[in-house]
Amino acid sequence: MSERISVEIVTKVARLARLDLTPEEIDRTTAQLSGMLEHFADIDALQLDDVEPMAQPYPLDNVFRDDVIVDGLDRDEVLAAAPAAEDGRFRVPPIIGLDV
Amino acid sequence: MSAFDGLPGDWELVVGLEVHVELATVTKLFSASPNRFGDEPNTNIDPVTLGLPGALPVLNRQAVELAMRIGLALNCTVQPCTFHRKNYFYPDMPKAYQISQYDQPLNVDGFLALPDGTRIGIERAHMEEDTGKSTHFGGAGGRIHGSDYSLIDFNRAGVPLVEIVSRPDIRSAEQARQYVTELRAILLAVGASDAKMEEGSMRVDANVSVHKPGTEFGTRCEIKNVNSVRSIGRAIEYEARRQIDLLEGGDKVRQETRHWDEGDGRTHTLRSKEDADDYRYFLEPDLVPVAPSAEWIAEVRAALPMLPAARRARLAEAAGVAADSEAAMVVVDRGQDDYVLAVGDAGGDIGRALVHVKEAWADSPSVPAADLAKLTTMEVDGKLTATQAKTVVAELIDNDGGDAEAIAKAKGFEAMAADSLGPLVDQAIAENGDAWAKFCAGEGKAMGALVGAVMKLSQGKADGKAVTALLNSRRA
Amino acid sequence: MSDALEIAAAVRAGSLKAADVVEQHLAAIDGREPEIHAFNLVMVEQARERAAAIDAMVAAGNDPGPLAGVPVALKDNMCTRGVPTTCSSKILDGWKPPYDATIVTKLADAGAVVIGKTNLDEFAMGSSTENSAFGPTRNPHDTSRVPGGSSGGSAAAVAAGFASIGLGSDTGGSIRQPAALCGVVGVKPTYGYVSRYGLIAFASSLDQIGPLTNTVADSALMLDVIGGHDPMDSTSIPVAHPSLLDAIGEGVEGMRVGRITDLPEGADPDVLERTELAFDALREAGAKIVDVEVPAFTFGLTAYYLIAPAEASSNLARYDGVRYGLRVEAPDTNAMYGVTRAAGFGDEVKRRVMLGTYALSAGYYDAYYGKALKVRRLIHDEFERAYQHADVLLTPASPSVAFPFGAKGDNPLAMYLCDVYTIPANLSGHPGMSVPFGTGADGLPVGVQVLAGTLCEPQMFRAAAALERAAR
Repeated sequence: MSERISVEIVTKVARLARLDLTPEEIDRTTAQLSGMLEHFADIDALQLDDVEPMAQPYPLDNVFRDDVIVDGLDRDEVLAAAPAAEDGRFRVPPIIGLDV
Repeated sequence: MSAFDGLPGDWELVVGLEVHVELATVTKLFSASPNRFGDEPNTNIDPVTLGLPGALPVLNRQAVELAMRIGLALNCTVQPCTFHRKNYFYPDMPKAYQISQYDQPLNVDGFLALPDGTRIGIERAHMEEDTGKSTHFGGAGGRIHGSDYSLIDFNRAGVPLVEIVSRPDIRSAEQARQYVTELRAILLAVGASDAKMEEGSMRVDANVSVHKPGTEFGTRCEIKNVNSVRSIGRAIEYEARRQIDLLEGGDKVRQETRHWDEGDGRTHTLRSKEDADDYRYFLEPDLVPVAPSAEWIAEVRAALPMLPAARRARLAEAAGVAADSEAAMVVVDRGQDDYVLAVGDAGGDIGRALVHVKEAWADSPSVPAADLAKLTTMEVDGKLTATQAKTVVAELIDNDGGDAEAIAKAKGFEAMAADSLGPLVDQAIAENGDAWAKFCAGEGKAMGALVGAVMKLSQGKADGKAVTALLNSRRA
Repeated sequence: MSDALEIAAAVRAGSLKAADVVEQHLAAIDGREPEIHAFNLVMVEQARERAAAIDAMVAAGNDPGPLAGVPVALKDNMCTRGVPTTCSSKILDGWKPPYDATIVTKLADAGAVVIGKTNLDEFAMGSSTENSAFGPTRNPHDTSRVPGGSSGGSAAAVAAGFASIGLGSDTGGSIRQPAALCGVVGVKPTYGYVSRYGLIAFASSLDQIGPLTNTVADSALMLDVIGGHDPMDSTSIPVAHPSLLDAIGEGVEGMRVGRITDLPEGADPDVLERTELAFDALREAGAKIVDVEVPAFTFGLTAYYLIAPAEASSNLARYDGVRYGLRVEAPDTNAMYGVTRAAGFGDEVKRRVMLGTYALSAGYYDAYYGKALKVRRLIHDEFERAYQHADVLLTPASPSVAFPFGAKGDNPLAMYLCDVYTIPANLSGHPGMSVPFGTGADGLPVGVQVLAGTLCEPQMFRAAAALERAAR
């Protein structure tokens, strides 16, 4: 059976999605996604050249709000729910290996 | 004046600028928290700002209005537009995606004219939200490298930005500086932003490449962390030379993002664009398209103030100077041109007013236009010499106005009457035979020495124009 | 007394105490919740306090509102301020939102009593509630079987008498399918009918909140309360909706009920039989049955399983351990993301995030996500054409009655097929509802699905009410 998706691509996608998968999970996901994509190939039979994509079901436009301040959240309540906080701010480990 | 006097050989510089501008709205782009600089960390937050589960964005109408002002001031077409998600992970990105505009931005296809008239194309000016701010601790100089941890403040997250992307039409560091300076003046004029590079409300990234004429554009590098107009020039010049050195040495220029270090005056590799994230742009499902009506666009256009270029042109024509002359540029930049023209409306001489205003005030002139008008009239009527006029102006400034005639009288200033000038002119001719001979021979330059001599004899009371007229008639 | 209409009327009239209603339902919970596990959290004290407050209002001569004293179970993906909201995921275990969803505020304003947060498939991804990180919910009709999903907890809560009304969310059938499997009414309104502000997003262009109830009238009542424009949700429809409760009394005389002739196969015989009987019932009530075609219907599953995971992959990226929820420590932020999300998300969530990320990625967008959006347009347009010839459509809600735990095995696709009849209405944005219509194999409930055009909830409810009358 031809694979619809490779282990290499699945590994790359996992990195893009910031999901640390074990090698076993990578293999299993590759097999499952491959099976799904095989099934999803059914839409390749459709003639879609003249069809406009539909991203939103109900057509609306020009929805705005006024430029007026509304009370927001309490900092203490929010930081109390944070995994790590210091000095009124959210604390994270060193930010390396990420695009700026 | 820049020491950078063109590139070596026949290398040509190609620069495109991406400028991010924070809009001067009261609230954020997609939520009603305050858009304010300098508040205590994380005090301007709400579910949308923090990317809390379940939060949804709602677009700030005023941000669209200001974005339209920018687009129209840059001669863009305003068009129906949509928002997209730009997906990437970074701790100051609360949703791990930025809501921006992708293939249907609000403003497209405009231009910005430099003071000398050169047009730099504007590809687009689109809306997007700003990120939070991270501060790094434990490393050297607050840099990420070697830091132990970082702290994130989300006050800035969600602040409305407009990203203005120029076409790669800029051909020198000087043009780049002028572009940014002019852009800033436009932004201030239309009230869209306070555009302070030092506060981060205007951020400039430069795309720089070099090539030889007749060949394709070279590989470009993006330069970030340029925090002043002066740095823009320095960074571009450094980068151009760096790329030329590489290419002349037989190496290739790698497409990458580089960080400008003001301290050591060099750019350094930040990351290679080839490793860049795949942003997986797709239409933002939580927002709907924006299609500004023709009426709205017309309203915004009609409400635009006169832009700096038009103001310089107007002033230049009235004052008889070039639109990109230093006087016209400085006075318009300071916002003093309306005043100068008002002096003209009050019957004064605009040319003289321009000179005085440029010299006397850094911002708002404190003397009523009519008072300065009177002074300039006295000058051009020959009643005051230029030097005397300056003194009177100083007194007008000290008193926030006054009667120029009365001040001149009180100081005993009057230009010497033309008939008392005659003997002095003759004396100057007699005492400066060489100059007189040259002047009679047709050397107009020799007049200066003669006029100077008359000035000295008259103890500054001679009016330059009258002296000139007398000299000319003596020669005839 | 379990019907919301009756409860509210009695409480408002002062002939029934909200406190007594709450105690009755808490007693039912005490009885069977240990075996059903419909709830992630039973809000005992809050419910009692709230009921007391309602009773005090009535005693003072004030009207608490149209849901006075009605116990409501909320799917645990709706933000309740100060009360844990987990999406049945480890990554949000214990997280307390600092704000209320719009519908929570509307429920409070209407006098409802929130009795608990119900279990769901993690992040609403599933059709059986087996994907919950906190253990499955069991079908009250047969506890060896699933209640359906992802709103399995809310469906079971209503079916077991733990609450008078449940609220769920429906992205591909997550209200309608569990309603069918549990023998209750379940409604997904027109996209944009109910505010999504405070609903923790799975797929933004598909999600809608809706009611699960014992009666059609209760669903109408609930939608009348929670429906309507919300300035906090840019996609909410800016028109006032007519009262559905007022509409359902009208019969179906002359109504055109469409039978989709090219409906995908795969439904069990018992389900098909009940569906036929539903057509008969409507015909007997005066409706006209017409044939319609929706050729692209069968491609809905594929389009959905490319669009929904794509949007989900982006919506779930915010669970990164920085601002809230689970964080697994690591030497740097990038590493922290990877270990946190691996530890916090279950297998199905990971699978869909992977599929969605892939469908959007450079080089694959056109082939997958881009193409799926076109299929969506096709399905929408074909439904619109069908609604020129029919007022409502009738299909099975689920291909089978409730199935045993583990029946779908390791093959995700087998589970996905549960939603084959419900998915297209999410793609098109049209409303749909499941109405119990008798029993099938092993005496288990069967639900039939009524579909209607955009904002045609009144017709949909009229047909549903007729079916309900016939089913009695």
